[in-house]
Amino acid sequence: MMPAEAIVEARGVGKTYDGGVEALKDVSLALSRGRLNTLLGPSGCGKTTLLKIIAGLIPPSRGEVWVKGKKVDGPGPERAFVFQDFALLPWANVLRNVAFGLELRGMPKEQRDDLARKQIAEAGLSGFESSYPHQLSGGMRQRVGLARALAVDADIILMDEPFASVDEQTRRKFQEELLDLLRHKQKTVIFVTHSIEEATYLSDQIVLLSPRPGTVSKIIHPNIERGGRNPDEIRRDKNYLDVVDEIWQILKHYVV
Amino acid sequence: MQRKELIAKRRLVWQLISFALVFGLWELAGRWPISLAFPPFSKTFLALLRMTADGSLAKAYLSTAQPLVIGIVLCGIAGIGFGIGMGLSRTIEWFSLPVFIILQAAPMAAIIPLITYIYGIGLTSKVLAVVFLAAPVIVMNSYKGIRNTNPSLIQMCRSFLGTRRQEIIKIILPHAAALIFAGLRLGLAMGFIGIVIAELLITPTGIGDLITYHSSVADYPEMFAAIASIIAVAAFAIHGLQRLEHKLFPPEIRGSS
Ligand SMILES: Nc1ncnc2c1ncn2[C@@H]1O[C@H](COP(=O)(O)OP(=O)(O)O)[C@@H](O)[C@H]1O
Ligand SMILES: [Mg+2]
Repeated sequence: MMPAEAIVEARGVGKTYDGGVEALKDVSLALSRGRLNTLLGPSGCGKTTLLKIIAGLIPPSRGEVWVKGKKVDGPGPERAFVFQDFALLPWANVLRNVAFGLELRGMPKEQRDDLARKQIAEAGLSGFESSYPHQLSGGMRQRVGLARALAVDADIILMDEPFASVDEQTRRKFQEELLDLLRHKQKTVIFVTHSIEEATYLSDQIVLLSPRPGTVSKIIHPNIERGGRNPDEIRRDKNYLDVVDEIWQILKHYVV
Repeated sequence: MQRKELIAKRRLVWQLISFALVFGLWELAGRWPISLAFPPFSKTFLALLRMTADGSLAKAYLSTAQPLVIGIVLCGIAGIGFGIGMGLSRTIEWFSLPVFIILQAAPMAAIIPLITYIYGIGLTSKVLAVVFLAAPVIVMNSYKGIRNTNPSLIQMCRSFLGTRRQEIIKIILPHAAALIFAGLRLGLAMGFIGIVIAELLITPTGIGDLITYHSSVADYPEMFAAIASIIAVAAFAIHGLQRLEHKLFPPEIRGSS
């Protein structure tokens, strides 16, 4: 699959944190529109850092990021972030949390609550509108975080290990829902994970990062044939298993 | 539901038993007697009834409440405002944090004579005594509440294009509210200490006057009744605020603890 039009581009991005930790070094990559792109690498290799630089939440020390032909100098309406720790307001109910991005944009209450209710329904959370985050399971909280990102209707969804803290069944369900979402809406997803299987199963493109300081060690296009097959069949697919093995052969050298 | 009621009932019984025990021991100690200046509980209680009936207690509280309320309201507005400012601005933090750390550790009662020297013996001095004792904890709690905001929530707000103003109003302040309120409660506790010291040290007024006067004419039951009553009033006020705090900011929905 040849790169479709690049919607996000990183050019020579480097990040050194105050205190001297070099998290990223000379990262260049192009992420395609309408595809699911994964950042994969060992813990501490700078995945979150790179994702937050793309989000405009932290500035790069070197290099630049371009999104839709514009240089990134902060967050923008075309990007929405799904946080690893959910980042929900503990004092606000599900409805307000989901509508929060719209609230910040100054949308009138009725209108934003309407939109949020739709997202809540699509996320399978109907009936929980007035529940508080502490009353929800980890999986449901992440659904709220995702619904909040979808509510602002950004083209690019940035997800930082969104399924890391949910159980395996929920995780697989989420994966299917994410693929479904991509089939029905023109979204570009940039997805951080440290799971080889998850990356291979979901991605159109995998950016493999080396340990700290993170550099691009390989770019892989899994090209998994989905065509109406069920998840278990795909996971037994030779192509799928080959890609998993290929990545493992690289990553295993990083494990100390 | 029923279980809860049962537990509440049982707790009430224990509380009553412990009160009875304390008052009983007090009665015994007073009758023994430990000292001629230490009246038994029964005499003290009768003195309390007398003072309530002749209106002297109410009059005393009215005059004690004045500097206390003014002082706490001042701290509540200026102290919380200042603590918030310190939490939000590095500059304000830089020049005032050391001052408040020292104030919080210093035995503030020691400066009351100095206040009297400068501001005389009127209401101003008493208000200042309350302010000096209550302000440090109110300011520091507000400051800590602001500073402890979950950084992930701030990033979330920024990623959804929140302005700095929205960040403060919609994230930082609600997050800090519980700690700020707790600071107010602790400040009130300090304020009670401040006002009693001021009324004993500066000029006897209000409850301090009751204590000093009855002690000087050796009406020990009256003196003890006044002391016990101010302790009870302070304890009830602070306990009430704590209940309110729990109601307003239940632990599971508050941002910080
Ligand atoms: N705010 C920060 N200040 C200093 N060092 C940081 C900061 N955030 C992350 N790091 C360091 O940068 C490296 C990369 O972190 P991160 O991007 O979170 O990795 P990953 O998400 O791949 O686990 C780690 O070594 C981490 O300790
Ligand atoms: Mg991470």
